[in-house]
Amino acid sequence: MSSTPSSGEHNAAAVAGHEPGAAGQKPVLSVRQLRVEFPTRHATLVALDDISFDIAPGEVLGVVGESGAGKSMIGNAVIQLLEPPGHIAGGEVHLSGRRIDDLAEEDFVPLRGRHIGMIFQDPLTSLNPLFSIGDQLIETLRTHLPIGEKQARERALALLTEVGIPAPETRLDSYPHQFSGGMRQRVVIALALAAEPELIIADEPTTALDVSVQAQILALLKRVCAERGAAVMLVTHDMGVIAETADRVAVMYAGRLIEIGPVNEVIRHPQHPYTVGLMASIPGLAKRRERLYQIEGAMPRLAAIPTGCAFNPRCPHAAERCRTERPELLPVGGSRAACWLHDPENPLPRRDTLDTRQGEPALDSPGETAR
Amino acid sequence: MLAFLIQRVLQAIFVMFVVALISFSLFHYVGDPVLNMLGQEATEADRAALRAQLGLDQPVVVQFWQFVINAAQFEFGISYRSARSVSDLILERLPATLELAIISAIFAVVMGIVLGIYTAIQRGSWLSKFIMTASLIGVSLPTFLIGILLIYLFAVELGWLPAFGRGQVVDLGWWNTGLLTASGLRSLILPAITLGLFQLTLIMRLVRAEMLEVLRTDYIKFARARGLSKRVVNLRHALKNTLIPVITIIGLQLGTIIAFAIITETVFQWPGVGALFITAVRFVDVPVMAAYLMMIALVFVVINLVVDLLYYAVDPRLRVQGGGK
Repeated sequence: MSSTPSSGEHNAAAVAGHEPGAAGQKPVLSVRQLRVEFPTRHATLVALDDISFDIAPGEVLGVVGESGAGKSMIGNAVIQLLEPPGHIAGGEVHLSGRRIDDLAEEDFVPLRGRHIGMIFQDPLTSLNPLFSIGDQLIETLRTHLPIGEKQARERALALLTEVGIPAPETRLDSYPHQFSGGMRQRVVIALALAAEPELIIADEPTTALDVSVQAQILALLKRVCAERGAAVMLVTHDMGVIAETADRVAVMYAGRLIEIGPVNEVIRHPQHPYTVGLMASIPGLAKRRERLYQIEGAMPRLAAIPTGCAFNPRCPHAAERCRTERPELLPVGGSRAACWLHDPENPLPRRDTLDTRQGEPALDSPGETAR
Repeated sequence: MLAFLIQRVLQAIFVMFVVALISFSLFHYVGDPVLNMLGQEATEADRAALRAQLGLDQPVVVQFWQFVINAAQFEFGISYRSARSVSDLILERLPATLELAIISAIFAVVMGIVLGIYTAIQRGSWLSKFIMTASLIGVSLPTFLIGILLIYLFAVELGWLPAFGRGQVVDLGWWNTGLLTASGLRSLILPAITLGLFQLTLIMRLVRAEMLEVLRTDYIKFARARGLSKRVVNLRHALKNTLIPVITIIGLQLGTIIAFAIITETVFQWPGVGALFITAVRFVDVPVMAAYLMMIALVFVVINLVVDLLYYAVDPRLRVQGGGK
């Protein structure tokens, strides 16, 4: 960690869990300075670097970022399903007050499904094709709950009804290939929720679905989690999904958390220059524009993350300090952003290439001319 | 399901018909048996008489039709060499071959699947690396060499197991078995290992590759995310998916085991059908050769049919849509 003495107090505030939106309630999930590394032959890649956030009971935290930003990695690290050789190299993960990142695999198995549920991107491949959905539901229920075959079957039926599968008693013995994509994702949700976990990690749950089905699945996910008071970590690259579903949003860039705050705050008043660019590059239906905004350059590869702020080579405001010193998450407005622009003692002067007050860049920004 | 079954049975019959044609053509292209049977002193009249007796003077189509009709009733005529009924010769030697083949198939399938799963799950351990390296020997060494090496080590040097023969057999009337006596069982060990070793390594490497593939799939990750234990994930979810492609190969390999028994039977002087066939080839005993060909073909066809039915049982995607859309 390249923290400076001046940012130490903010860091301490994050450790204490005083985050906007999560205050008052004891968090379900509490992640502190999480670091995930992938040792390779040439170098150790840092896939997640110094990630800290909380999720309160019943809260939906959206995690956004480009491909490779590490957003799925957070979920995999929390549930400890990282692909080897990836591993947690530092930091802590607490679930309902209990530290879980240092548990051995055999101690972690009982947590999966029972305390942390996970939903994956592609419902077509998430279900085992050789077992009926009833088999898979009953097996999951009986793994976690002390119930018999008959009771498990009744609960499986209730779950299928709850996730909106019509005539569940006739579908229980059907195999996954007999369901459509949207129906399969409903089954996946039923499976993930079967043992009533307090945390649901949904990794791009609607990305593989038709647009018309997406909204139904999101509404379903939101409803069943709200009914159970489960906290949700919703990983997606789709800001529309976040805007519709999340209470708070965390923005990832190159394995780092660069901005986190209430969803309206982040969408209307993005504070990090990357978030500003991200919001500006979303096509809007209301305003027709000749050309969409794009951020100049590309996200660095994990093997070549620049020193200081990872965004500095692409940032219109970048100064010398950004290239040497890495900013912590600094409170600004209703949210927090990792940018020296918001240093309370010594704010970086803002350059006028991006107009952050309106949340959209001028059309003659460098990103445009670079095409 | 019924239509599928009928279709496969018709295909099987067609395949057997083609094999019958090939077997039958042996009679015309592999030397003249009459010369062999009667020797040099026989007169032309003797030969004509024998030809008529064997039905060799009839038109080809009639001969073939007669051959097919007889074969369907497991009737392959008289052996040119021993002048006994071919079906009797085969039936008398079939138990030896089948016992050898079945035992080595069980050995190969059980050990192959167990070791395949082990080397897939414990991919990094030194034991699985050792097994993988050792399996290269099984794949690359020819069967007869393995047999000779085993005989040298366990029969000649250590003297633990018999080097040849079937040991003492018990005659059950319709079947003579070596499985009921100690010497019979001891005699079976080396040939069974020899015959099964190649299939074992093949099945093991296949199971391992398939299992590694399956362990990477989303549904395995989701099964783990649901909190299922490692044992349930590996042995229930992953194994069943692994076995689908493996079943086909295992089926075909079982046929090969019976066919390859020829070499093992020769090395161990095992009194089975394979040894009978080798002798038949040496003496141009065409009826025995033809019958052997037909028998091996039948084994392959039946196994293929069983494999197709097993597919049906294992993979619900092949079954008729039961629940409807």
